[in-house]
Amino acid sequence: MGNENKPMKLAYYPGCTLKNQATNFDVSTVSSMAKLDVEVEELDRWNCCGTVHALDSDNVMNRVAPITNMIRVKEAQARMEGMASEFMTSCAMCYNTLKRANIEVKQRADVLATINDLLYLDEIKYEGDVEVLHLLEYLRDRVGFDSLAKKVTKPLEGLRVACYYGCLLVRPKEVAFDDVENPMVMENLIRALGATPVDFSHKTECCGAYQTVDKPEIIADRTDRIMGSANEELADLVVVSCPLCAFNLDFRQDDAKRLNPDFHNMPVLYFTQLMALAFDCDDAALRFDLHHIDPLPVLKARGLG
Amino acid sequence: MDTTLRINSAHVGSSFVARIEKISGQKLLACYQCGKCSAGCPMAAYMDVLPNQMIRMAQLGMQQQLLATNAIWMCVSCLTCNSRCPKGIKIAEVIEALRKTALNDGQRDDHLKIMELSPEARSVLPPIATISAMRKLTS
Repeated sequence: MGNENKPMKLAYYPGCTLKNQATNFDVSTVSSMAKLDVEVEELDRWNCCGTVHALDSDNVMNRVAPITNMIRVKEAQARMEGMASEFMTSCAMCYNTLKRANIEVKQRADVLATINDLLYLDEIKYEGDVEVLHLLEYLRDRVGFDSLAKKVTKPLEGLRVACYYGCLLVRPKEVAFDDVENPMVMENLIRALGATPVDFSHKTECCGAYQTVDKPEIIADRTDRIMGSANEELADLVVVSCPLCAFNLDFRQDDAKRLNPDFHNMPVLYFTQLMALAFDCDDAALRFDLHHIDPLPVLKARGLG
Repeated sequence: MDTTLRINSAHVGSSFVARIEKISGQKLLACYQCGKCSAGCPMAAYMDVLPNQMIRMAQLGMQQQLLATNAIWMCVSCLTCNSRCPKGIKIAEVIEALRKTALNDGQRDDHLKIMELSPEARSVLPPIATISAMRKLTS
């Protein structure tokens, strides 16, 4: 950390699901950042990230929502001293959608001009001058895992963790802040928290995403394969950074069990919850009550509950 | 006797091929059918036609057969195919173009009936799931 005495200020974009089903991701993000002396400031008037980057080559309309958020960051920057021209999100979907839209408007002046025209009610124009950061990237590059390890008051000793990245943190390669096929940033974080990351063959295998809406039987099969591969490595739990992955891997475990009677139930946590646990934040920062598979039994078995 | 055989996309279904290439921004004929996209596809097990076969059918302008597959609706744009294609083809973009074509051709061939789900099934879904499904599967 640059200056040990002065807290760092960081604009924060939570996203819709962190304010609904995934409150545990939101509160554990904010609480653990406070322990790292980073002053997290939720953006005023943030709106939908765009939820899924549209892949057609000419789709300006789907970039309007993400780019509006860039303007909100510039407004926060103009209002607050010590706020950089960047913001952080911990949701992998928000990160991916916001980052891709940002890359596109930086490369295409025509798209940026059209969007600024559409956003004529905003006084501040967007000029491609805001950076989108994922929390894992921020922790690795700005805080540093060595500094982070010094803040750990309750090391997660003996806890075996499978780190699941899914798609949105590593694909496409333009948004990846780590190796596309074998990312290690989450493992390095987990190690700094005192836990033991396990090998995980399925860490970048898609969970089936939104097919969960009307095809839970497909998600059951994906969950069986992904969680099964974590179980083979004797993991205690799986950590994720995406609320959609979390829902599929956690809440579809009953369906997975119906599909495969040998399926072994295993809790799914956000990586921020493990931080909050290692920083000894109170229970309100963990919200384990929101999980389908209760994390407490495995944590208690490791003396951490 | 001239036995030269020329294969190009200027014949059958060429307007369809041109349309898919335009929407996706991809050159379909760059594909040489190595199959790497299908080998790594996490959704291939649930598809009636594999990703490399979808590209082949698109090259050949097989509009009706392609738009009738369940495979174009099964793809969730995880981009594993894109990141592994040795020719740099963005297969997921091609499949997105196929979905857009089916959804925008006047028939509005929606592949998600959200109101047919039970209120209980809907209520547990996080917004991230419902919104992304509706963006991908409905017109």
